[in-house]
Formats: sequence, structure tokens, C-alpha cells
Amino acid sequence: MPEPQTTRGSFWERHGRSWAVTAMSIVLALLVGAIVMIVSDPEVVTQYAYLFTAPQLPLGASWAKVSSAYSALFFGAVGSPYALAMTTAQAAPLICAGLGVGLGFRAGLFNIGAQGQAVIAAILAAWVGFALPMPPVLHLVVAVLAGLVGGAVWGGIVGFLKARTGAHEVIVTIMMNYIATGILAWLLTTDAFLRPGSRDPISPPVEPTAIFPAFYGQFHLGFVVALLAAALTWWLIERSTIGFAIRAVGANPRAAATAGMSVGRITIVTMVLSGLLAGLAGTQFALGPGGQGVPTPLSAGLVGTVGFDAITVALLGRSSPIGIVFAGLLFGGLHSGGLAMQSMAGTPVTMAMLLQALIVLFVAAPGLVSAITPYLRAPKNKSLVGGQA
Amino acid sequence: MSTVAAARTPELDVHESRDARRARLSAGALLVALGAILAILSTRTAGATAYALSGYFDAVQLPTVTVPAGPTVIACAVLVIASGIVFLAGRLPAGARTAAAVVGGIAVVLGFITWAVAGSQLPFQVSNQFAGTIALATPLVLGALCGVLCENAGVVNVAIEGQFLVAAFTAAVVGSVTGSTTAALFAAVLAGVLMGAMLAVFSIKYLVDQVVLGVVINLFASGLTGFLFDQLVQPNSGDLNSSPLLEPIAIPGLSAIPFLGPILFNQTILFYLAVLSVAFVSWLLYRTRWGLRVRSVGEHPEAADTVGVSVRGMRWQAVLLGGAFAGLGGAFFTIGSTGAFIKDITVGNGFIALAALIMGRWNPVRAALMAVFFGFVTQLASQLQSLGTPMPSQLLLMLPYLATVIAVAGLIGRSRGPAADGVPFVK
Repeated sequence: MPEPQTTRGSFWERHGRSWAVTAMSIVLALLVGAIVMIVSDPEVVTQYAYLFTAPQLPLGASWAKVSSAYSALFFGAVGSPYALAMTTAQAAPLICAGLGVGLGFRAGLFNIGAQGQAVIAAILAAWVGFALPMPPVLHLVVAVLAGLVGGAVWGGIVGFLKARTGAHEVIVTIMMNYIATGILAWLLTTDAFLRPGSRDPISPPVEPTAIFPAFYGQFHLGFVVALLAAALTWWLIERSTIGFAIRAVGANPRAAATAGMSVGRITIVTMVLSGLLAGLAGTQFALGPGGQGVPTPLSAGLVGTVGFDAITVALLGRSSPIGIVFAGLLFGGLHSGGLAMQSMAGTPVTMAMLLQALIVLFVAAPGLVSAITPYLRAPKNKSLVGGQA
Repeated sequence: MSTVAAARTPELDVHESRDARRARLSAGALLVALGAILAILSTRTAGATAYALSGYFDAVQLPTVTVPAGPTVIACAVLVIASGIVFLAGRLPAGARTAAAVVGGIAVVLGFITWAVAGSQLPFQVSNQFAGTIALATPLVLGALCGVLCENAGVVNVAIEGQFLVAAFTAAVVGSVTGSTTAALFAAVLAGVLMGAMLAVFSIKYLVDQVVLGVVINLFASGLTGFLFDQLVQPNSGDLNSSPLLEPIAIPGLSAIPFLGPILFNQTILFYLAVLSVAFVSWLLYRTRWGLRVRSVGEHPEAADTVGVSVRGMRWQAVLLGGAFAGLGGAFFTIGSTGAFIKDITVGNGFIALAALIMGRWNPVRAALMAVFFGFVTQLASQLQSLGTPMPSQLLLMLPYLATVIAVAGLIGRSRGPAADGVPFVK
């Protein structure tokens, strides 16, 4: 949405400053992450007893610790073609779910429920994948569609409740996340979903006909689908009538209603589309080939924390589809690099999650970033969320 | 506020509002539907259900009551339907409706348990059910109080989960290092307050959207505790993750009461603190000048500012005080139960506390009662799972969340928060 203060001014005013804030946020997050790494390593901390007598010891140990971790992170994310392929696989669901959350933001809706929408989608996609044998291409299409419908319905319920009863979508989506998780936990105890002979709650493997075909390493069709989804979402928001209505409702629901738009109907449509995109993320987990070329079977933790990661992706991408693709790639790289950091430098993968939270925390508070780096003069109080809450 | 005033002055309440009518009819319909379900279930119920009133190790052994399952479920179904009809029938005095709600609620629970346990080899442990409820409800009550304070001041707190997590971690580590549960408890409170300060600085000073901020703080807490656990605590778990536990404190005299004594008067300090905190927060919010100012800042900050109340100052104080309660609640997960921290040990309890807060309509006493109800359901699920009942425990565990969705959708009384909840204040 072209806001007044961003349409005027130089190129720097329009784009450079927000990019600079984002870059600065990443630097600050890496700095805080480095401090946490140093103070939590007893071997490095004990060296600080020599800070005044032999400063090269503590500083050298700190540098060795931090540089080995971050170089492993970097090489694990983009250091080799194989690493890049893994980054795309990690980024694909983040992009899809991030698009869903971002679309909600544009209409002024907080879809905290991408998690539950992805879970329901993963259940349906995986079920079609292992329970309904079909010819090759058709099987994948039907499985993906099943997932999309699941996510759209789960999101649509929230939109319907909000439009009809005024129930706040934040509360409803949080609760729907847990209901979806409960449904998955229950299904994995039933005969229809439990793998025969297994004592662990996991489903049978998805048939090869329903897997996203891989091109190189873990780089698979799902990533291409994610990019297509981003392009379609961009067209929907920026070029279509419904997108115009979504942006109008997000900017000012009363004005939109006065102009003759049905705010309730737009709310429902937005939540359906948002859930659909989050559902696409769920199908990526259910049908995307993992490291061994087969998808991880349906289990309690299959979709991880994609719904919450998606919120950080949408924020970092400032709810624009292009921004979300880059943000998804960045955090996808953090995830795949985090795994390399754990195996190569012995730094736990949870550091990647901490960095992700720190980056978004700084991005969300441009006032803080400009307080630390005054020369940037970050724009103040500019909401990351399109429209009002 | 106006709806509360209307309910307190019956002479003004001549016309039933549309919302109230819808809430009354939906509640009645829900009760009748539940009664009908129980009646259908009763036709498939055979055998007897045993209720053991005392645990195996209680000093005073009470008898095990055995009831014929089928007739009991039918009786409960009739009671539930009757109480539903009271709601549907029309406008009765508030007392009659409350009585019907209580009778209906107890009959639903009793009928459901009788059906679920019928034919089981083992009796249903009643004292175990109540003891477990109290244990599970303790952190929920404290977390909900944190939310009550924050949100009445106008700061949405989705970060209770993160506050719990950091406090639980801190309590485990400090308890292990010092060997003192008192030090651990104080450290947990400090951790909760610091996380509250993080919420406050970003939401009040930097005006970050509060819902988004809460989600990010939860991720931050999970990442920070997860990283420190992997890097520091797990390799040295003997030194850093073996905290002593809070000992139960028996209140002399009262703890000797059969049945209720061991449940209510032989608990850890956290339980007593939780009970006192509910009374304290209600008094603070509704009986003191400070509480009036907090609520005014949450309802209409511009008005409060005009009469000279510092909006940001009040919000800071409320969020920090709330953080102390969340810290106590977080301590429960480690030093109040097993002592050791594991990653993401709080498993969504912060969100159940949030649900209790909303179901309790932002009031400390009602929020605490809802927290107890959610604790009851969770404990029931785990008891029924161990008894091997026909009802999948996973579905029962969804009940708090489902109830919250129904509540915020306004089917059984609209749940509405303070007017300026989540709205940043810019002078």
C-alpha cells in the first residue's frame, strides 16, 4: 500500500532507510547472540580472569567461539550448492505461511493461527498421500488441494466468527492452534492414521506419487510453488479488486464500509485466503522430500513452529510478498545454517531461533535501532502491520 | 462497565438486551444438548462406577462409593436437561439461574465421569482428582493474575508463556547453584519482572504492536532458555539442573481434616501464595486508588491523562507487578514439581492462563475460578487416560480451548476486555 510518507522523498527515503534498519537489526541481533554465546560458555568465561594481564586469552577465546559458530552458520546456509538447496527447502514453508500472515496484516487481521491451519493442512495432505493411492501427478495435486482446503476452512472459521460475532481473531486463532494440535494427537492414536505395527504416534509413509519432486538435493517443486504463491499474492493484493478491498478494510474499516464494502465479507475472505496460504505451508511439511528424499511422516511435531516463525517472516518482510520471500529465505538460511552450526561448531541449533527473535524484535522497534545508531534516523512509529489492529 | 452496572441494578434491567437473551438461550440449548448426549450415552452404559474418596496413603481412609452406572448417568442427564429448561423457560430471578447453572454443571461432570469410568477395574480417585486440579491450577492462577494486571492497564500480554519459561529456567538454575528454594523463588520473581520489563519497554516506550510483541517475546524466551539449556545446563546438569523442591507446608490443625485437609492445607508455598494473590489483586484493583488509576488507564487513557494520571507510569507499574506473579507461576514448573528444567517445559500453560483470563472476563476472581476449571479438566483427562476409558484424553484436553472459543464468540455471555487494551498511548 503506498503510504503518503513513502511515496515522496528520495530513493533513500523510500526504501534505503527501511533496508538499513533491517540490516542494522541483523547486525545487532548477531552481536547480542555473540554475547549470549560467550557468557554461556564456561571455558570462555574463565579466560576473562586474565582480561587485564593477558587480554589476548579471553578475547581470542571469544573470537574463536563466535567466529566458528557464525562461519558454520554462514556456510550451512549458503556455503555450497547443497546448503543452498537445503535453505530453499527450509524457506518454502516459511514463505507460504509468511504470505498468509502478511495478507492478514494487510487487512488489519492478526492471524496468529497459521500454526493450526498448517497442522490441519498437513493432516489432510498426508492422509491423501498415504491412504488414497492415485496416479503420479494427480496424487500430488489432490493431496495439495486437500491441504489447501483444510487450511482455508480452519482459517475461515476464525473469519466467520470474527465477522458474525466480533470474537477477536487473536484469541480465537491461539485457541484453534491448540485444538488443531489436539486433533492431530488424537488422530495419531486411531487406526486410520497410526502406522501399523508402530508403537510411536506416527503415520504410514506418504506414497512416492504424492511427494514434491526434488530437482537437486533438497531443492524441490515446493519452493517453486512457494514463489508462485508469492507472485499470485502480490497480484491479488496490488492488482485485483478483492485486494483493493482488503487494503481498504485494513487502512480504515469504517471508511471501507462507508464506501460500500462489506467489512464482514472481506474479513472472511481474507482469513480463508490466509488459512489457505498457511495450509500450503502445511503441505510443504507433509509432502516435501526431506534429507532422505522422502517426507517426514505425520507426527506431533511435524510442522515445528512454522506458524510463529511465519509471524516473524511477515514482520521482517513488512507484509509485502517480495519482502516476505527475502525474509523467508533469510530465516530458512538461519534454520539450515543452524543445523550446520550445531554439527560443525557444537553451538546448539536453538541459537538460530534466538537470532530470529532478536532480529524481529529490533526490526519491530525502529526507535530502539535509531537510538543505538543515531545516524540512521530510522522512521519512527511506523507500524509494521498494514492498517489498524 | 455499563453492563456490570445494569446487572447490579435490577429495577433498570426491565428489558432483556439482545445479547443477554442470546446468551441465555444458547446456555440453555447447550445444557439441553449436553443432557441429551448424556441420555444417549446412558443407554450404552453398563456395570458400576466406583469412586474412591481417599488416596491409598491418606491417614484417614474414607469408603469407596460404588454407584450403578446406567441409572446414575440417566439421573444426571435429567438434572442437566432440567437446568437447561430453567434457562430456556424465561426470565427467572438471578438466584434461580445460578442454582440451575451450578446443578447443571455438577451433573454434567458427574454424569460424564460415571459414564467414562463405568466397568473399569479401578475406582476413580476423587481425592487425586482434586489434588491434581490444585497442582495444575496453581501456575494458571498466577499467570492469569499477571494477565489481569497487564490487560486492565491496557497492555495486551500474550507473553505469559515466555515469562513462565524464563522464570522456570531461572528457578531451576538458581535453586541448583544456591541449594535454596527461597533464593530460587526470588530469582524466578525477578526473571518474571525482567521479562515484564521487556514487554513494557517495547510496548510502552517503542510502541511495538503488543500482540506481535508477545509472540516474538515467546520465541525469544524459547530460544534463549533452549540455547542456555543446550549449551550450559545440560552438560552440567548435576550442578545446574538439580534444584531442591519446595516442601509442602502443613497448616497445623487444618491439615488433619479428612479428605479436604491434605488437599487444601498441605501444599507448597506457591499454592498459598496463589490464593492470597487472588485476594490481593482483587483488593488492589477494586479497592485502592492505585487500582482505580490502573483501570482508568486501561479504559480511557486520554481521560486519565487529562486528570493528571501518568498513563505510561501506571502501565509500567502494572506490567512489572504482573511479571512478579508470572515469575511465581513459572517457578512452579521446576521447583514446584520435578525440580529439573527441560526445553519448553511450560507446554502452552501460558496460553491456557490467557484463556482463563478471557473466560474470567478480565476479573481476578473469575479468572482464578476459570484457571481451576481448566486445571480440573486437564487432571480429569490424565486420570481417565490411566483408567483406559472410551473417551480419548486428547479430545478432553482440547476442552479449555474450545470453551474459550465459544466464550469469545459470545454464545454464552460476551467476553469483552478493557476498552483501551492493546492501544498504545502517545501523548
